[in-house]
Amino acid sequence: MRLHIDRTACDGRGLCAELLPELLESDEWGFPMARGSSGVPEELTRAARRAVDRCPKLAFHLAPGS
Amino acid sequence: MTSDALWFVGRGSGVISLVLLTVVVALGIGARSGRTPFDLPRFAVNLLHRNAALTAIVFLAAHIISLLIDPLAPITIFDAIFPFSSTYRPFWQGLGTLGMELMAAILLTTLFRHRLGARGWRAVHWLAYLCWPVALAHGLGTGSDNNTWWLWAITMICLAAVAAAVFWRVSPRFDPPRRRVAVRPFEEVR
Repeated sequence: MRLHIDRTACDGRGLCAELLPELLESDEWGFPMARGSSGVPEELTRAARRAVDRCPKLAFHLAPGS
Repeated sequence: MTSDALWFVGRGSGVISLVLLTVVVALGIGARSGRTPFDLPRFAVNLLHRNAALTAIVFLAAHIISLLIDPLAPITIFDAIFPFSSTYRPFWQGLGTLGMELMAAILLTTLFRHRLGARGWRAVHWLAYLCWPVALAHGLGTGSDNNTWWLWAITMICLAAVAAAVFWRVSPRFDPPRRRVAVRPFEEVR
């Protein structure tokens, strides 16, 4: 799975970076940035799905692939 | 004795549902535009908003079911589906049915929000601003405890909580979040 952010919908609310600090950090404007690659390791898939579910703008997705 | 228990459950669960809905609405108003009160983590406010809403729905279900099966409460399944059709306080009881249906709309669109899309989901979510005052009025208007000081006190505290959230949200001290400038469509995170 890969992290996928719809940048037109993202408003920088920051919930995803709070819930998935292993993979995401906030830039200076509060928008999410991947730490390294956008691939999601197996053990973080559940946490990533939860973060996707909490995005208030429905801008955060998981895409297949690695 | 059994119907006494149903009557207590029916009244109590209605009040608890209203208090929880007040928490939900106050948090919803407070978290609008991505700011949270008292610098709480956003995910915490978000999850509390969701979990309080789901708990309110459980208590609402208990409220409706207990009064439907209570042989002494003059409510029929028909009254619980069609607002303002009841023979018992048709207006005030009807507000309860209306509020329940608004909540059902908000719940269902939220469950299917990923299919519905953010815009449609948000539009229906705005019905909460109608649903909450309807529920508040139903509680005081139909409530068999509306001659007690404590139901008035709870109602006033609920009103004050939502008023405080609105006040905080529109006050000049509310720092509006920064607006984004550049638009980069559908891009992978880098």
